[in-house]
Amino acid sequence: MTDRQIMTGDEIRRAIVRISHEIVEKQAGTQGLALVGIQRRGVPLARRIADAIEEHEGVRLPVGALDITFYRDDLSLVAQQPIVKGTDLPFDLNGATVVLVDDVLYTGRTIRCAMDALIDFGRPRAIRLAVLIDRGHRELPIRADHVGKNVPTSREEIVRVHVAEIDGGDEVTIARQVRTDEPAQAGHQ
Amino acid sequence: MSVATEADAAPVKGAAPSQDVVWHHRHLLDVDVVTWPEIDLIMRTTDEMKGILARPIRKVPALNGRRVTTLFYEASTRTRVSFETAARNLSADVVSVATATSSVTKGESLVDTVRTLEALGAEILVMRHSVSGAPYLAAEIFGGHVLNGGDGWHAHPTQALLDLYTMRQHLPGGDLHGRKVAIVGDILHSRVARSNIWSLTAAGADLWLCGPATLLRGMDRWATAWGGGAVPGHGRFHVTSDVEAALRDADVVMALRIQRERMQGGLLPSLREYAARFGLNAERVSLAKPEAIVMHPGPMNEGVEIAPDVAISGRAVITEQVANGVAVRMALLYLLAGAHEAAHAGEAGR
Repeated sequence: MTDRQIMTGDEIRRAIVRISHEIVEKQAGTQGLALVGIQRRGVPLARRIADAIEEHEGVRLPVGALDITFYRDDLSLVAQQPIVKGTDLPFDLNGATVVLVDDVLYTGRTIRCAMDALIDFGRPRAIRLAVLIDRGHRELPIRADHVGKNVPTSREEIVRVHVAEIDGGDEVTIARQVRTDEPAQAGHQ
Repeated sequence: MSVATEADAAPVKGAAPSQDVVWHHRHLLDVDVVTWPEIDLIMRTTDEMKGILARPIRKVPALNGRRVTTLFYEASTRTRVSFETAARNLSADVVSVATATSSVTKGESLVDTVRTLEALGAEILVMRHSVSGAPYLAAEIFGGHVLNGGDGWHAHPTQALLDLYTMRQHLPGGDLHGRKVAIVGDILHSRVARSNIWSLTAAGADLWLCGPATLLRGMDRWATAWGGGAVPGHGRFHVTSDVEAALRDADVVMALRIQRERMQGGLLPSLREYAARFGLNAERVSLAKPEAIVMHPGPMNEGVEIAPDVAISGRAVITEQVANGVAVRMALLYLLAGAHEAAHAGEAGR
């Protein structure tokens, strides 16, 4: 298994800046916007988008973290119960335009879980989706509003997003999987 | 609702890279087989469950479609309702069997009842029985998961875990190391005390068990064996009939109910005598540290093991214990439901 780099740290930074502009443009401002990162790597990405928006708009958007473990539809399939990472939504969701942020969009099941989880906290005016990587192979009718990079993949490949906050450095790599021994992981990237 | 973290870098006994701990127990029959990193995992999962209980909608779909059956051979309000609430908060389907109105009254054996409930679809069986060891028998024949809701004098693991969780909430850094915990009351008949001995010594607490000598029978030998380092991970604890020594400078004071229904007579001169010599009144509690908390697993005999004014004082965390019980049981149901066939082949009784 060899990892091939498909995004460098600089490319990630530029994608984040572009997404941050797109989010503000789509909303025609920052009024009512909130960012919610999906645990784990969506959380630092959401913070970075908020940083970028603060830089060019001078407004700090609220940023939350969402853990979707309890909403997964495959709990009976995974070998061990996943460890919960924590949900923290320090703002009122009612009437807000919530931009969900995640690292990789794949089957769409994580996003479905995230929407279910979010709605248990309130009734957002709208939910949008920003992802760093869209690798295709959707199993649900879900699409991203803002995409850092579209990466055509096969199901046998693994896309890994590394972020400095968790992994010590920024890059995106792709690797060919030897065998499918982690169905839950594959289904929930 | 914040992210669960080990806030303290304090030297918690056996503190491993606990983020990597995976749950592998198929059943939870007592805390004696649960390691400290696993207890820590339960505590962190409980933090998340507390977050759910603080939400406007106290329900997540984690156990959607899973079938939880409660089988209680002994009277219970809080434990049964707590388990059923916990299961419902996780969207499980709950069936509640009260043995007083079941075929048990026609002479059906425990084994037959458990087999019948399994045939009816039970996946997780929460059981309380007046005979010590009954859930172990159930675990041998039941194809799913067994959670002990209290068996005889033997064990009450979920109570011990909710007690531990409540203590951690009130102690700086959530660390029980060297903290003095005094448990006063009917130790002899108490499954709560026995399970707490395992979990509190694992947590590193300075544990004191106190009561009349007749209600401490057998505890001395246990304490002596562990004082000699008989069981790895579990240290010494103290056994005494000197209530003042037990309470002095305690961080946690726990009263246990005088279990009249289990007493065969001759153990206590009278309840009044017990209350006068061992009952937790304001004067005795004042021997503990000013910030000490007062606990009771309930149900209380007010005026016997605990004075009514102590039970409702600002130090009492008795209703917090009840609320934490729901979160701890949610955590355990969630963890047990994730322990699968492949992960625990041949692990009966664990």
